[in-house]
Amino acid sequence: MTHQTAGAAPARRRLTDVLFPKFSGTVLAAIFIATLLFGFLILPVAKVIYVAFLDPQTGGLTLQNFGDFFSSSLFRESFYNSFYVSAMSVVVASVFALPLAYITSRFEFSGSMLIQSLGFIPLIMPPFVGAIAMQLLFGRNGTFNLLLANWGINIPFMEGLNGVILVQSVHYFPFILINLSASLRNIDRSMEESAQNLGAHGLRLFRRVVFPLAAPGYLAGASLVFIKVFDDLGTPLLLNVNNMLAPQAYLRISSIGISDPMGYVISFILVAFSVFSLWASFLLMRGKDYATTQKGGGGLSRRKLSTRENIFAYAIVILILLMVLSPHIALALLAFGTIWSYSPLPDGYTLDNFQTMFAQSGVYIKNTLVYAGLAAFIDVVLATAIAYIVLRTKIIGRQWLDYMATAALAVPGVVLGIGYLRTFNDFEVPLVGKPLASWWVIILVALTIRRLPYALRACTAALQQVSISLEEAAESLGADRSSTIRRIVVPLMSGGILAGFVTSFATAAVELSATIMLVSTDQDAPLAYGIYLFMQSPSGRGAGAALGIFAVIIVAAGTLLAQYIIDRDRKHRTGER
Amino acid sequence: MNLLRNALLASVAFAATAGTTTAIAAEKLVVVTSFPKTLTTPFEQKFEEMYPDIDVEIVNKSTSSSVKYIQETASSNTSDIFWASAPDAFEVLKSDGLLMKSGVTNDNIPPDVAGYPMNDPEGFYNGFAAAGYGIMYNERYLNAKGLEPAQQWIELAEPEYFGHVGMSAPSRSGTTHLTVEAVLQGEGWEEGWAQWKFIAGNFATVTERSFGVPDGVNSGQFGLGIVIDFFGLASKASGFPVDFVYPKTTAIVPANVGIINNAPNEQAAKDFIEFLLSVPGQELLYHPEIRRLPVNIEAYANAPENFPNPFNGTIEASVNFDVEKSGNRYNVVNSLFDVMITYRLDDLREAVRAVQMAEEKLGDADNAQAKALIDEARALIAEVPIDEATAQDPDFAAIFKTKRKKAEDVVEGRQAEVEQEWDAQVVANYAKAKELADQAASML
Repeated sequence: MTHQTAGAAPARRRLTDVLFPKFSGTVLAAIFIATLLFGFLILPVAKVIYVAFLDPQTGGLTLQNFGDFFSSSLFRESFYNSFYVSAMSVVVASVFALPLAYITSRFEFSGSMLIQSLGFIPLIMPPFVGAIAMQLLFGRNGTFNLLLANWGINIPFMEGLNGVILVQSVHYFPFILINLSASLRNIDRSMEESAQNLGAHGLRLFRRVVFPLAAPGYLAGASLVFIKVFDDLGTPLLLNVNNMLAPQAYLRISSIGISDPMGYVISFILVAFSVFSLWASFLLMRGKDYATTQKGGGGLSRRKLSTRENIFAYAIVILILLMVLSPHIALALLAFGTIWSYSPLPDGYTLDNFQTMFAQSGVYIKNTLVYAGLAAFIDVVLATAIAYIVLRTKIIGRQWLDYMATAALAVPGVVLGIGYLRTFNDFEVPLVGKPLASWWVIILVALTIRRLPYALRACTAALQQVSISLEEAAESLGADRSSTIRRIVVPLMSGGILAGFVTSFATAAVELSATIMLVSTDQDAPLAYGIYLFMQSPSGRGAGAALGIFAVIIVAAGTLLAQYIIDRDRKHRTGER
Repeated sequence: MNLLRNALLASVAFAATAGTTTAIAAEKLVVVTSFPKTLTTPFEQKFEEMYPDIDVEIVNKSTSSSVKYIQETASSNTSDIFWASAPDAFEVLKSDGLLMKSGVTNDNIPPDVAGYPMNDPEGFYNGFAAAGYGIMYNERYLNAKGLEPAQQWIELAEPEYFGHVGMSAPSRSGTTHLTVEAVLQGEGWEEGWAQWKFIAGNFATVTERSFGVPDGVNSGQFGLGIVIDFFGLASKASGFPVDFVYPKTTAIVPANVGIINNAPNEQAAKDFIEFLLSVPGQELLYHPEIRRLPVNIEAYANAPENFPNPFNGTIEASVNFDVEKSGNRYNVVNSLFDVMITYRLDDLREAVRAVQMAEEKLGDADNAQAKALIDEARALIAEVPIDEATAQDPDFAAIFKTKRKKAEDVVEGRQAEVEQEWDAQVVANYAKAKELADQAASML
């Protein structure tokens, strides 16, 4: 970790002091991260997006294109639709996440492990298959509507904006669940006990004590969902919903032979609006100190459930899990099914799809593990550093590190991909003899940048809950800054770091929009690209779904392993939970 | 965190070996293509069998990503061949000077297929397989809804197909564009657009990818789709309960191959194109998962039974396709389709449905007033914001092409401005048409 340079031998420190008189380790780290973000995010994106400011007729600089944007009723409608879909997705995702988080953290519920293990799986939804799978179950002629047709009922789950809201909230609800559960677990039991001693119970206890303490996690998750849905283009495109901002940008950028500046204008507006939403969520949180000094209280006290309550809790949990895992259920049916056409279930079942898939996909699987694993690791390192710099130092402009990193959320993958090709194609990598733009490392960089915001939100929320007085105590006992970070801050943040790793890894493993621009040989291609290839032909649908299922399984296994390792690590450190 | 650190070290070592696995044993031929694996693999295997020294590497991207990729990497190009369907993608690369003349010809390939020129007249790319557009339908779906499959484009506009039809947008798919253009040329500008809008009134959806249409028909999301033949026939070959027909006014177009300028392995690229055009290469097209029409007449000697042949009249294509006309107004037609249909599908559907309901109510009744209102509504729906002459005017078309050839070129008007004008007119027309049709229905 970068901070460790600050803990080097005194002689070296004196030398650094001479060379960079006022630069501490954290400042150096901040400069390093800022350079990284500038080089691999701001510069490439700026190279693409500056077209938004060019007059298409003369090539001069202008703001005219923005005038055109706001005077177009189609674009205003798209803006409204995007906003509506994002807000509704947050609401629906909260409806899924709140009961699950509440039941696991409030009661002695034997299904808690089930929720923790299955709750993040919806995030691992490979592109191209999520919407197809949901259509097969909930579409106008999907399983449910075909069965309901016997009674003459047709429920438009998937029509227009409804479909986008449903698919998005199922897909992204783990952001809320993971972040909210992490902060609920971090609430000190003594807080709750003191409140009870003072006479607070039930709803009042929840409203005045539990909710404010859990709010940073909830807001972190909710703002991620909001921004992500606002900027996502894959889902609306697959559901053929065009009247939203991100698909409008994509359609205008990627039409062959036309380069309408409006596509870039919309991209710019997406980035700006996302940064604005983020800033708004910061404002909401400002001035509220949620950190608690004591750790190891093990979250809220858990009440035992009576048999009837237990059955009720299971019913709710199973219902929600069935709902959020429905794309995976459909995907599995598709992978094991033969022909599935206008019928509630496939005509027959087979293993042929897996055979076809395994014969052709070895290299994609290996590449994905390498790319997603490395990207997620780099992401949590950078995210921890950024969170620390933003929350614990007084470096001027430190907030901008956060804004810059988070802006990556809003950059459409296509734009980042084109930006990399444009910026790095003439940059020959020494010893490799290839342009950086066609070296496999560029795919890793793209994934790291695109998934950094996920890790960052999780790590920031985790650090917000660590009281600064613990660090002050360590420092007053003689620990220097680097060992405080290593021995106190990072271990206390481990839950959040894990959450960040899991979300970055799982979502990087199925990313496609930037990688499809950057893959320059089949040998370097990740798994999502393999699914894309399969899904381009009618006979490949089953095999593509099989690869999708396989992706879900390996990513889930990897994540569970990470969770197990860190849990054991934490138990070992704290003696007992 | 120790374990995590070890995991990182392990994965770094793993990654380092992953990066160096491709040994350089043979000459490499890099082919950028939009074709699916089911098409590329048989060609790759057969070619490598015939030329054991050459190692074919397939880089698969969507057509639009391929074009962007080749454009952006031109300064240090590593790709040899671009291999894709849409002629317009080749036109874009050609006009950017990113293709080179292959010089490969084959005497058994006619100069045109159903009126469409087989190769680029200047020799920058060759057609290697033909395909025609038609109607694909899901038999189970149509049975369940009690519908007969439509045989001609215009039948798709009939009220019983309301909500059952799917198509992709011409701006997203070069071949869909040619279908739109074929109807516009076959029926004339005004009548052609009117037909498209009343067909589109029956759309369940306009898909973003051209493959979205066969996928929707295969899974039964909608019953009929406007698709290119090999999608329909390959789906049938994979066992889906679907079938495909060629309507009369169809366009048959070649899929193409060309050499990228500054190809690192030019000779191997030429060999590959020669192979594609030769009989052994052409016969691979009969593979049930590929199912495209060979362009080499000799290859039809061994064709499977009942295989359509565009050179002996098994497929009628009554349109004499005017390539220059289509090229001049390419972007204008795409933009018009998006503004009038793709982005305003809901408004269009409501208006068309209102007209259909009013006409059904009217039946054979003699109500001149209602009939006049319905006719007026139909005319409003059909109205196109610009006439054919404007669409073909090169100055007007230039608005949609921001890539200026020279810095001093100045274009009047902006695409966003023009589209907003069209949009306002179209939305008002559709709303008014619905009102008139509802009014007519209430009189009956």
